[in-house]
Amino acid sequence: MSWRGFDEFWDPWREFARVERDMGRLFGVPGGVRSGSAPAVNVRADHDKVTVTAELPGVSLEDVDVSVVGRRLTIRGERRTSEPAAGGRYHRRERESGRFGRAVNLPYPVEVGAVTAGLKDGVLTVTLPRAQADRPRKITVQAA
Amino acid sequence: MTQTTTRDVTEAASGPERTHSGPTYVPPTDIYETETEIFVVADMPGVKPEGVTVELEGRTLTISGTPAEHGAVGGDAVRLEYRPGGYTRAFTVSDAIDREKIRASMRDGVLTLVLPKAAPAKTQRVHVQAG
Repeated sequence: MSWRGFDEFWDPWREFARVERDMGRLFGVPGGVRSGSAPAVNVRADHDKVTVTAELPGVSLEDVDVSVVGRRLTIRGERRTSEPAAGGRYHRRERESGRFGRAVNLPYPVEVGAVTAGLKDGVLTVTLPRAQADRPRKITVQAA
Repeated sequence: MTQTTTRDVTEAASGPERTHSGPTYVPPTDIYETETEIFVVADMPGVKPEGVTVELEGRTLTISGTPAEHGAVGGDAVRLEYRPGGYTRAFTVSDAIDREKIRASMRDGVLTLVLPKAAPAKTQRVHVQAG
């Protein structure tokens, strides 16, 4: 399955296009997504865990849904920006609101039951511990 | 009628020294006005309340945010799509602001500023007296 493996994972453009397609389908947005509805993510990994972060200012944890299926992490949610009081009028409106969603492939299988997510200062951090079965095993060499 | 305006200051050339490494962004901002107040709402993810500076100098309102040092997210970069950074933006406000009563709050990476309008200026009437 090498073609579904690292090659695709490392090709950002193909991934973007695919995510856009997926999200477009998911939310019924014709021809892809509006900017901002697919938040940018940073993915880091070491031997024990993958850490995914995304900037989601103004989003509360109960409005975010994080799920993992196989080696695919999906972040979905809704961002509500407060409406001005009656009679208020906008001078500028630049902040995105509405539903957002994003999917990323993970570099290795993770322990789905041990995934944690936290939102602090508008930054979502998802920590995904590596699956036990996938961890490098240390073999103790015994003297004969 | 009191015309309240807010607009970008185009060049922040003489801005303050940066106190963090990494990029400085212009935060996406909503500005709306009600009968009595002007609201400025800016997205600054990664900035804690203590990292925010709000200054009103003359008619220039400057907001800036310094990101908290990220508790070193460990591991090798697998995919990096954004760079955490600081924020700064300046606006020109009308001088009909009650400067003493400006309120600021920072929550979930969103800065909200409330600028109360000064009591509406009385229409100045000049009585022309018959000479």
